[in-house]
Amino acid sequence: MKVLVTVKEVAAVDDEFEIDGLAIDDRYLSYDLNEWDEYAIEAAVQISEAREDVEVVTVTVGGPDTEETIRQALAKGADRAVRVWDDAIASAGLLDPATKATVLSAVVEEEDPDLILTGVQAADDGFGATGVTLASAIGWEWAAVVNSLDLDTEAGVASVHRELEGGVEETTEVDLPAVLTIQTGINDPRYASLRGIRQAQSKELAVQSLSDLGLDAGALDSPMEQTSLYEPETEGEATVYEGSAEETAGELAALLREKGVGEA
Amino acid sequence: MTVLAVAEHRRGDLRPVSYEVVTAGREAADATGGDLHLAVIGGDVESFAEDLNREGVDAIHTVAVGEEFDHGVYAQALTQLWADVEPSLLLAPNTVNGLDYAPAVAERLDIPLVTDAVGVDAGEELVVTRELYGSKVETTLAVDADRAAVTVRPSEWAAAEGHGDATIEPFDADIDESALGARVTGFQEVGGGDVDIGEADVLVSVGRGIEEEDNLDIIQALADALDATVSASRPIVDNGWLPKDRQVGQSGKVVTPDVYIAIGISGAVQHVAGMKGADTIVAINNDPNAPIFDIADYGIVDDLFDVVPALTAEFQ
Ligand SMILES: Cc1cc2nc3c(=O)[nH]c(=O)nc-3n(C[C@H](O)[C@H](O)[C@H](O)COP(=O)(O)OP(=O)(O)OC[C@H]3O[C@@H](n4cnc5c(N)ncnc54)[C@H](O)[C@@H]3O)c2cc1C
Repeated sequence: MKVLVTVKEVAAVDDEFEIDGLAIDDRYLSYDLNEWDEYAIEAAVQISEAREDVEVVTVTVGGPDTEETIRQALAKGADRAVRVWDDAIASAGLLDPATKATVLSAVVEEEDPDLILTGVQAADDGFGATGVTLASAIGWEWAAVVNSLDLDTEAGVASVHRELEGGVEETTEVDLPAVLTIQTGINDPRYASLRGIRQAQSKELAVQSLSDLGLDAGALDSPMEQTSLYEPETEGEATVYEGSAEETAGELAALLREKGVGEA
Repeated sequence: MTVLAVAEHRRGDLRPVSYEVVTAGREAADATGGDLHLAVIGGDVESFAEDLNREGVDAIHTVAVGEEFDHGVYAQALTQLWADVEPSLLLAPNTVNGLDYAPAVAERLDIPLVTDAVGVDAGEELVVTRELYGSKVETTLAVDADRAAVTVRPSEWAAAEGHGDATIEPFDADIDESALGARVTGFQEVGGGDVDIGEADVLVSVGRGIEEEDNLDIIQALADALDATVSASRPIVDNGWLPKDRQVGQSGKVVTPDVYIAIGISGAVQHVAGMKGADTIVAINNDPNAPIFDIADYGIVDDLFDVVPALTAEFQ
C-alpha cells in the first residue's frame, strides 16, 4: 500500500514587515513545514507502522529552498519525497487550488497511491480547497477536515470523524481510494529522532519538472490574478497601555478592578 | 448576472451563515442588476425555504434528497441545478461542509474557485478580497472568467432580514446513488468535562505564545489571583496541554464572558468566532500587528512572560 502526503512549506510574516508591491520582502518571512501537514505526515507514518508494506511518499510543489522542510517530513518517517519544480512554476503567479490539483493529479498518475492525505489548509494562503479539488479531479472519494481516522483496507473503507463547527463531529464512512484532509489534533506529531534526521539525508528526494509529469506550462494557466496586497485597516479601537511591564500591568489591574474582577 | 447561493443546515436547523450568504448574494447580484437564486438541499426543504425567503431573494430551489449534508448529493444536485439556472456566480459558505463540496462542484463545472472571501465585488470583473498569513495582510484577486465560485467567510456579511417574495421551485435532481461513496453515519458531541468555560464571567485564555506546557503555571496563577477560569486557543488543546472542553473558537466553545483576557493568542478567525461576543476583550501579545488587537478593547504590546507575572502580583 502506498500513502501519498502533500507537504507544503509555508511562510509566516514577522511582527514588523513591509509590503513591496504584491509581495512581502523575503527578509520579513520565515519558512516552516505547514502545521496541518505535520499532522497528515504523522497520520501516514502511523498507518505505515501499523501495517506491513506501506510506503509513505510526500509530494511538494516548491523550489530548492523547500528541501530542508521536506527532509523534516522524511526525518519523521516518510520513505521518500517528490518535489515538483521548474522554471515555469517558479515564474508562475498565483498557484490556486485548481492549478495545484492539476499538478498533483499528474503526480498521482505517476505514483498510483492507495490513499492521499493533505492538510486541511496551508497556514499562509489558507485556501483549504486543494485536497477536495484533487479528489474530484482524479475521481476519488474524499472527506474534508478529518480529526479521527480508522482505516479498514480489507473492506476498502475509511471510518472518519469530520470536525464540524461548535464542538460537533460527523462520523462518516468513506470508500477507498480517497483523499482525506487532515485537521490538527488528530494525533500527536512526533519529533524527528537524531537517527531519523540522519536517515532522512539519504532518503530519495526526486525532483520532477512539469514535462517529466507529462504537463506543459499551460497547466499553470489560472484565471486568477493577484491585484493588490495591503495591511488591512485596523477596525480596532483598543486602548493600548504603554510603559514597562509593571506599569502596563498596573493600569490593566486598575481596569480589571473597576470591572469587579479579582475582588473576592 | 444571476447568483446561485447555497444554504447550510444541520440536524434540522438552518445555520446562521445561510442568511449571510443571502446578503452576500444579493450584493453580488445587485452589482450587475441580476437575480439571486438560493439552493437548499436535504432536510425539511419546504420549511427551510420559508425561512430563507428574505428580502432580495428571487427564487429558491428546493432539492428534497436526504436529511443531512452529503457531499456527493450536494455536488450532483448543484452541478445539475447550475446547468438549469445558468448562473454566473456560485456562492457557498466557507464552512467545514462548504469546503467539503464547493471545491468538487467547481472542479466538475470547470470554474475557478476562490475560498474564504471577506469581500466580493461582482462589478465589471469579479474581484475577491481575502486574507493571507493569518489575517495579517489582505489581498485582492481578480478572476477573469464568466463563471466562478466563491466561498464566503461566516460573520463577514450581515444576516439578511425582512420577508421576500421568492418563488419556491422544487428541483428534481437526478442523484446517481452508485456514485455516492461517503456515508454519514451520525454525529458526536465533543464531551464536556467538569469545567464549563461558557459559564465563566472571567476567562484567562492562553495561546501558542506560552511556548511550553510548564509555562501554563503562570497562566493558572493569574487565573487563581483573578478568580477566573482558564481557557485556550486550539494549539494548546491540540498539544494535549489542556482538555478539549477548554478550547474557544469555531470548533470549540463560543463564550461570552464579562472579561476575556487573550494571552499569546494571535486572533485567527476561527478563534475570534468563539470569543468576539465577550463584553470586554483584553489582549496581551508582543506583536503589535496581531489581529487580536483589531477586536480587543484593551491591549498590552509586550512579552507575556513579563506582563503576566506582574499582573498576577497586582492581585496578590
Ligand atoms: C477548520 C478549522 C477550525 C479551527 N478551530 C479553531 C478553534 O476552535 N479555536 C482556535 O483557537 N483555533 C482554531 N483553528 C486554528 C486557527 O486557525 C489558529 O491556527 C489558532 O487559533 C492559532 O492559535 P494561537 O493564536 O494560540 O497561535 P498563533 O497563531 O501561533 O499565535 C501565537 C501568538 O502569540 C504571540 N506571542 C508569541 N510569543 C509571545 C510572548 N512571549 N509574549 C506575548 N505574545 C507572544 C505571537 O505574537 C502570536 O500572535 C481552526 C482552524 C481550522 C482550519
